[in-house]
Amino acid sequence: MTRIEFMQGNVASAEGALAAGCTFFAGYPITPSTEVAEHMAAKLPKRGGVFIQMEDEIASIAAVIGASWTGARAMTATSGPGFSLMMENIGYAVMTETPCVIVNIQRGGPSTGQPTMSAQADMLQCRFGSHGDYSIIALAPASVQEMYELTAEAFNLADRFRVPVFVMADEIVGHMRERIEIPESVPVVGRRPLEPGMLPFRPGEDLVPGFPRFGSGFGVHVTGLTHDERGYPCATSPKVHEDLVKRLVEKVESKRHEIADYRVTNPDAEIVFVTYGSPARSVEQAIHDNPGLDIGHLRFRVVWPFPEKALGEFRNARAFIVPEQNLGQMAREIERHTRVPVIRLPRFGGALHTPEELVAAVEGVR
Amino acid sequence: MTFSDWLRVDRLPHIYCAGCGNGTVINCTLSAVDQMGWKKEETVFVSGIGCSSRAPGYIVTDSLHTTHGRALAFATGIKLANPSLNVVVFTGDGDLAAIGGNHFIHACRRNIDITVVCMNNMIYGMTGGQGSPTTPRMALSTTTPYGSVEPAFDLCELAIAAGANYVSRWTSYHVKELTRAILAGLRTPGLSFIEALVQCPTNYGRRNRYRQAIDQIEYFKEHGMLVEKARRLREEGKEIPPDTIILGELARRNRPAMGVKA
Repeated sequence: MTRIEFMQGNVASAEGALAAGCTFFAGYPITPSTEVAEHMAAKLPKRGGVFIQMEDEIASIAAVIGASWTGARAMTATSGPGFSLMMENIGYAVMTETPCVIVNIQRGGPSTGQPTMSAQADMLQCRFGSHGDYSIIALAPASVQEMYELTAEAFNLADRFRVPVFVMADEIVGHMRERIEIPESVPVVGRRPLEPGMLPFRPGEDLVPGFPRFGSGFGVHVTGLTHDERGYPCATSPKVHEDLVKRLVEKVESKRHEIADYRVTNPDAEIVFVTYGSPARSVEQAIHDNPGLDIGHLRFRVVWPFPEKALGEFRNARAFIVPEQNLGQMAREIERHTRVPVIRLPRFGGALHTPEELVAAVEGVR
Repeated sequence: MTFSDWLRVDRLPHIYCAGCGNGTVINCTLSAVDQMGWKKEETVFVSGIGCSSRAPGYIVTDSLHTTHGRALAFATGIKLANPSLNVVVFTGDGDLAAIGGNHFIHACRRNIDITVVCMNNMIYGMTGGQGSPTTPRMALSTTTPYGSVEPAFDLCELAIAAGANYVSRWTSYHVKELTRAILAGLRTPGLSFIEALVQCPTNYGRRNRYRQAIDQIEYFKEHGMLVEKARRLREEGKEIPPDTIILGELARRNRPAMGVKA
């Protein structure tokens, strides 16, 4: 039975993870993500899971990756500075095709910045922050309900594609409290195990190899070095490296339209807001308050891989307005995929766009 | 079964230089693991980056060759998520004591039930012979061309102070003792730390007056002193030469541990 609760976003994220079968959490306290860890610390041991507070964020993501190789659904939660520290090991997770979930409750940066204020300033870091070419999946919740749903879904995507999956929330959705409907269960699609006799890094038709869980007798060697399909280091062959890295990118990018998840409001509109996360709420309020204004709204729940086809849903679009809690990180990506003018509407420093300034922006375009 | 049954023969020959001491430590470790009667599918080897850290790649069990300095953090995740797995970490002095120093301290503090074998060659071998936290004072390296001016870390003292349950030091000369020490470490619940001093003829030896690999092994033999003798000499008020290598079992205790198999 669906349960109605009044819950904080960070807690909802932890609850979504638990519903998805997360049994391992390693983390390091950092504002404004800490409630995710605190909730997991309270809940996981009672369910036979493991919570550990590591010595830093580098160790946290390392422990998550180690736990994932035992077959556990494993996650961590952090914010900007901790996220930066995790980047080398996130690249390791990409290279070794380790499923894991990283929740980033974004705060203002650069550096220590604004620990208690909201931002969406790590959107490019999650896509490009580690070294080398790769692709990942990132989700962007805009409500407490979505903190729950998208964190749970992140585990399914991580297992299916064997990549790190990011829940790129902002402080506003992390710390707000609102009504949430908790379903009896959430869909759980785990990783496909490696079949006996198969090579551990030979991909199937979907470009994703089966998973050889530690302790199941495969004797698999896992390395961050460029490796062949046996998993053996092969760091000096241009062909092996090219084949591997192309596949790591393709296994996600070739499914971008399947992974895509967005909401369309008023597809006939000429002026369209494109949002993800908290700014979506101001846009919804502006639409609600101004029914005669004829504005459209495209809201991404998945931001990476970038669902560029979504822009095509608005055939009459004359302008895309992109309110973001940064200087235009996703607006740049939207510009790459449309000939329609893209208007950046940055509002950062912690304040959220007001419906009034959004309406003013629409008037400015007209 | 013998230790050689644990080797991933299709990956041989290994990448180690002629005369390297790491092979000796791998053999001693596998002998000890073999004597434990562990099953291959229940055993995981973990490492960071460096010459020592290539060792798991030559062993047939599940193995994780991770990022520089972070092996203990990865191993912590494996052991806590599945305590029924036996986890052994290979590491080197640069990997463990420099970039991984904080993870080392905290793994010892948690006293997590893994065995750490440190191949200490007192140099960064894989990157061509730069100074490390265990490079002795006045030793030559590419980054200490006039002799190292930094005091060196005593990794065993560090492990003891941080809380490890078992700590022992030997060298590549003392193969029987080293094997026994690793075996004792594998049997001890909690974190076991075994430091093995090894010769690095290519990058340490040739810059520091050891003309052949055997010369540095001779040095270990001549400068090694059992911890019991060192204690006796201290009690008698006698001086212990500063270049003495204290060998033997330095700590064995039963502090509360994490990740111990139920």
